[in-house]
Amino acid sequence: MSLWRMVFTNLRRHRVRTAIGAAGIALGVATMLSVVGLLGGAVKMFERILQSDSEVVVFEKNVSDLFFSNVPVEVAGELEKQPFVKDARPVLFTIITAPGRPVVTCFGISPDDPRLKKGEWLQGSAADFTEQKNGVVLGERAADFLNAKAGGTIELGQGTYPVAGVLRMENGFENGGVFMPLGTCQREFHKEGLCSVVTVALADGHGSAEVKEWMGKNHKRLTALENEEFSRSYSQFKIMKTTAWVVGGCAFLLGGLSVTNTMILSVFGRIKELAIARVCGFSRGQVARMIFGESLLVSAIGTALGWALSVGGLHALRAVPQLQGYIDPRIGWMEVAGALSLAVFTALAGALYPAWYAANLKPAEALRFE
Amino acid sequence: MEILVEDVWKSYDSGRIEVLKGVTLRVEKGGIVALCGTSGCGKSTLLNVISGLEEVDRGLVRVAGRDVVDEPTRIELLRHRIGYVFQMHHLMPDLTLAENCMVPVIAAGGKRAEGLARLNELAEATGVARRLGQRVRELSGGERQRGALVRALMNDPEILLCDEPTGALDESNRGKVFDLLLELVRSRGRTLVLATHDPELAGRCDRIVRMRDGKTEGKGI
Repeated sequence: MSLWRMVFTNLRRHRVRTAIGAAGIALGVATMLSVVGLLGGAVKMFERILQSDSEVVVFEKNVSDLFFSNVPVEVAGELEKQPFVKDARPVLFTIITAPGRPVVTCFGISPDDPRLKKGEWLQGSAADFTEQKNGVVLGERAADFLNAKAGGTIELGQGTYPVAGVLRMENGFENGGVFMPLGTCQREFHKEGLCSVVTVALADGHGSAEVKEWMGKNHKRLTALENEEFSRSYSQFKIMKTTAWVVGGCAFLLGGLSVTNTMILSVFGRIKELAIARVCGFSRGQVARMIFGESLLVSAIGTALGWALSVGGLHALRAVPQLQGYIDPRIGWMEVAGALSLAVFTALAGALYPAWYAANLKPAEALRFE
Repeated sequence: MEILVEDVWKSYDSGRIEVLKGVTLRVEKGGIVALCGTSGCGKSTLLNVISGLEEVDRGLVRVAGRDVVDEPTRIELLRHRIGYVFQMHHLMPDLTLAENCMVPVIAAGGKRAEGLARLNELAEATGVARRLGQRVRELSGGERQRGALVRALMNDPEILLCDEPTGALDESNRGKVFDLLLELVRSRGRTLVLATHDPELAGRCDRIVRMRDGKTEGKGI
């Protein structure tokens, strides 16, 4: 029998206590991975809106949110004339109100925007989505909660608009949003001649550095970032991701308290056994290693359970119609590595006091303990 | 001299309870010594002092040629030189007897195969070979105490310290376990210090050292 076998046996013979400790960690891991997965999924959805057939995003420098970014629409035209650009699309992001729905995401796009070609047309057609006809296209979920159909009209903001069609989009934000012709959207929000971003598709053999250089020379108030750079630097994404880790971390630390509790009970419940181990020649270090080993094993069991719970939970949430398209149940290696690191930290921190107590037990006194 | 205890003092509760008051004890290699005296006279404390489980207030404790002064020495003694048997077996109830007996081997970082070979040999000698796979809770009192004896001997210690090793056994088991203990110690030339208040068991040892009020009579020689 090895020290690890002793560790395993100690946990096995106190199954309920072990299960409670592991459950605490499991809930912490599940909460953390779920929150990170949910918010990460939301971020990915938003990224995909920007990355639609493009590699570079142009927006106003130093804005806290893309909704506040103002980019002259002419920039898109100027960019399209450059040899390193295949395509440049202006997009205006806004929030619009509808009866019973104070917040609806609205995308002001040009009628030939590739987003409209990606979706599945459930009703209507792209032909009616023009500046002249002033028609709007609704995502399937938006049409559902706004109770609108192609051919009808809908109140949005200050105006009433004909519904040109209904699209089924993969992306939750787009599926629950409204697409307006760019000019119409600008008028509605008093942003004539402006858009939030210009998404740039590069010509073959050209790189983002050329766009950045051109922007630096011609539009100093604007910035161009590759999609990946944008995701890393965009403050809203940073806030969301940080929030996810902080909330998850707090849940984890609460789980860690259950490990501490379990290990304290475990040590206090076998003071005589630990004393006998010392009498048999166990050093303080060996006793401490045994307690840390038990804590690590409880934590490992909890982490595995929590991971399974979070994956199952996220898949279950994805099946909820209202949440479809908003949740990306994939948990990346960074999240798993983060959860594992926290699990190890929690296990070690949670076992610190019990291990110290056990290692410093005086065997003769402990054997007299009742 | 295998065990040398000289003018040892030990107290508890910041000196308010004095248990050992200048105890002296000398035991030669291979000696079989009974410590006799009434409950509370300091027998168990003296054994704890010899094994290093208790630190002394003052005095000298030397075991197998080494002064018991620090933690590494105590651990080395408990791993390789001293085996300890208590009145209660103190085996872990949910482990098998074999697993319990392997604890000292794990502590000493011994090889598993060698440990198992020694376990089988000792289990044969003590009559618990067929009970090795049983959990402790499934064993009788006599078997548990034999198991405790096997555990104490696993690392082949030179010295065996026994604190009322048959005190919790019935009449028939008491004699059997004590016979076995003496046989194992004598056949292997080991040193035994036994704390007991049973005059019959004490009478079967080579020497009796009487303790009273924290002191050994006759200077423990």
